[in-house]
Amino acid sequence: MIRHILPLAIAGLVATSAMADTMKLAVTTSFENSGLADVLLPAIKADTDIEVQLLVVGTGQAIRLGEAGDVDAILVHSKAAEQKFVEAGYGTHRREIMYNDFILVGPSSDPAGIAGAEKAAEAMADIAESQAPFVSRGDDSGTHKAELTLWSAAGLKPATFGDWYNAVGAGMGAALNTAAGLNAYIMADRASWLNFGNKADLALLFSGDPILFNQYAFLPVNPEKHPHVRNDLAVQLETWLTSDSAKGLIDGYTINGETLFVFNAKPE
Amino acid sequence: MVGLLPLTLTAATVRRRGKRLLGPLDLTLDQGGLTVIIGPNGSGKTTLLRVMHGIERLSSGTAQWSLPPAEARQQQAYVFQSPTMLRRSVLQNLRYPLDLLGHPRAEASARAADWADRIGLGQALDRPATRLSGGERQKLALARALIREPQVLFLDEPCANLDGRATRDIETLLLAVRATGTRIVMATHDMGQARRLADDGVFLRGGMVHDSNRAPSFFDAPKTPELASFLKGDIVE
Amino acid sequence: MNDIFEGLAAALGLIVALDPDLIEISARSLQVSLTALVIACALAIPLGTWLAVQRFRHRRTVIAVLNALMGLPPVVVGLIVYILLSRSGPFGVLGLLFTPTAMAIAQVIIITPLIASITHQAMRDLWADYHDLLISLNTTKWQRVRTLIVDGRRNLLTAALAGFGRAIGEVGAIMIVGGNIDHATRVLTTAIALETGKGDFALALGLGFVLIALALLVNIAIHALSRTESEGRW
Repeated sequence: MIRHILPLAIAGLVATSAMADTMKLAVTTSFENSGLADVLLPAIKADTDIEVQLLVVGTGQAIRLGEAGDVDAILVHSKAAEQKFVEAGYGTHRREIMYNDFILVGPSSDPAGIAGAEKAAEAMADIAESQAPFVSRGDDSGTHKAELTLWSAAGLKPATFGDWYNAVGAGMGAALNTAAGLNAYIMADRASWLNFGNKADLALLFSGDPILFNQYAFLPVNPEKHPHVRNDLAVQLETWLTSDSAKGLIDGYTINGETLFVFNAKPE
Repeated sequence: MVGLLPLTLTAATVRRRGKRLLGPLDLTLDQGGLTVIIGPNGSGKTTLLRVMHGIERLSSGTAQWSLPPAEARQQQAYVFQSPTMLRRSVLQNLRYPLDLLGHPRAEASARAADWADRIGLGQALDRPATRLSGGERQKLALARALIREPQVLFLDEPCANLDGRATRDIETLLLAVRATGTRIVMATHDMGQARRLADDGVFLRGGMVHDSNRAPSFFDAPKTPELASFLKGDIVE
Repeated sequence: MNDIFEGLAAALGLIVALDPDLIEISARSLQVSLTALVIACALAIPLGTWLAVQRFRHRRTVIAVLNALMGLPPVVVGLIVYILLSRSGPFGVLGLLFTPTAMAIAQVIIITPLIASITHQAMRDLWADYHDLLISLNTTKWQRVRTLIVDGRRNLLTAALAGFGRAIGEVGAIMIVGGNIDHATRVLTTAIALETGKGDFALALGLGFVLIALALLVNIAIHALSRTESEGRW
């Protein structure tokens, strides 16, 4: 019997893995969690006939995927890492697409009193001073890197923090779940926060400081390093992402009436 | 049919974990008849049968059929003291030895059904063999051993723990098989059975052939006092 | 507690509505895990049976290694398969990373030792029972393995179902090698992880109930197909 099933099973697998004009794009969890992908992907398919397969990972892993040639392009938000990626020849170039912003979330009682802070760095210093529980992504993601930038802007080093600082090493959603469980402060992107279903006693306490703006950039993987990548599709996708139809969809995307992303791609 | 016999054991010895179970023993098994092996518990009856059948490794000495070993084994069958029932139906148990030789399915099934009739299991072809009674299992094992029409048949206590009726059925079958020229070698504890069936007898003691002779002299005029007292029912070590 | 009822309600809602996404990922879960199961059984059952029948020098070592491999952490398997299948890895040219095939490969590696080990244990007992008869009948090695597989099929079913259970409920490895791509490699377990990440516990739990129901259905279906229950003791 096995002799008959085996070829069938293998044929079944092969059939599903061979599809025309699909490309793989590594994106960050914050992008996927925002729900924007659900709006953009069908439009991309309709306009360009490209099926974009999303690999939702942290920025660190997204860059590794690009370096290994396992994806055709990456869409991430960590400028320093992106520039290194292009300089090392793994990406052809870096194209800014849009930005959203990070926010500080915490217990609605706000024990550290960050709601009244002027600047983000000041709010971070307040949290450290009160030693109220704080959850960090701790996963080398773009959000994690942005958090570390804020700490250093406040003149603090997370390595010296006590056990109120919880580096969970997980994605945005899992980290938010942990924060909800611990009733802790956390830095999140606005989109993930708005879409998050398990808010418990957490509330948005601080936002609006320009240092919290979070720039997304699109980086096609260099076909000179990895000849098999679909650079043609990546270029088509970039053209679409910087087009007016993308602008309309990105700027028009809201959750509970709040705009999440601001399109800022410059024409070439 | 190419002759398998005689079988010649030369200084055949079996040792396991430093203990000598059998031999050194010289024995020749000639054409024709039914040999009964008797002896006290632990005297090596089962080991001797297994050595002759070639499923017990010799520590030293030889066991030589007049055919090459692989061919020789094909011409023999062995019924174990507690027969193994394959977890299959009665019919499938019976045809299994034929299946192994690649006989056509229809022919194997027909022969198996025929044998089932001969052992009174003709109505039980589809019953799981593991659910048979002790007597039925023993008969099934015997029929399964005979289905390849072996030249030599070994039996180890074929009627231990069986009632009179089952014992008689099996003895009738054995006599019929002997009549067709099949050489039978059988170990038994049942002295009545030994007398009823034997053409010649071998008395084992401490892993050695202590006495052997043609029946009925083997039973009526034992050459050694130990065989005489064993036949009388005395305890012999 | 409330979450659990909401989860049940979500599961019912999805099933009643025949949600196309749910059907798609459930079908993919089944496709990947059943493929892995068939391949793993084709490898593990003869291997486990052969280990029961054959005596050789390093047999004990092989069995010990097999038992140790049963506890292989799926995440590690996933990572190794990932590295091997990555474009910069030795099998990169095959382009298998982030495909259902890669997920099936990882699952085969995870469940083959499990099935082989259970098979070996069951077959060892059966072989002890059959040993003398099969030697006496002058069987070849292959005939012995075949006889044991045929007559021990009930135990093999248990082994296969244990393997299937581990495969379909596995998330660590297939998340890494499959990438949880919507409409390509998303299966029930990775979808559950995703929804949990979004804080949508009701949907995550609903998918969890669907997964449990699916595993139960496959168990019942395989038992019914093989009709072993009605054949009595074995």
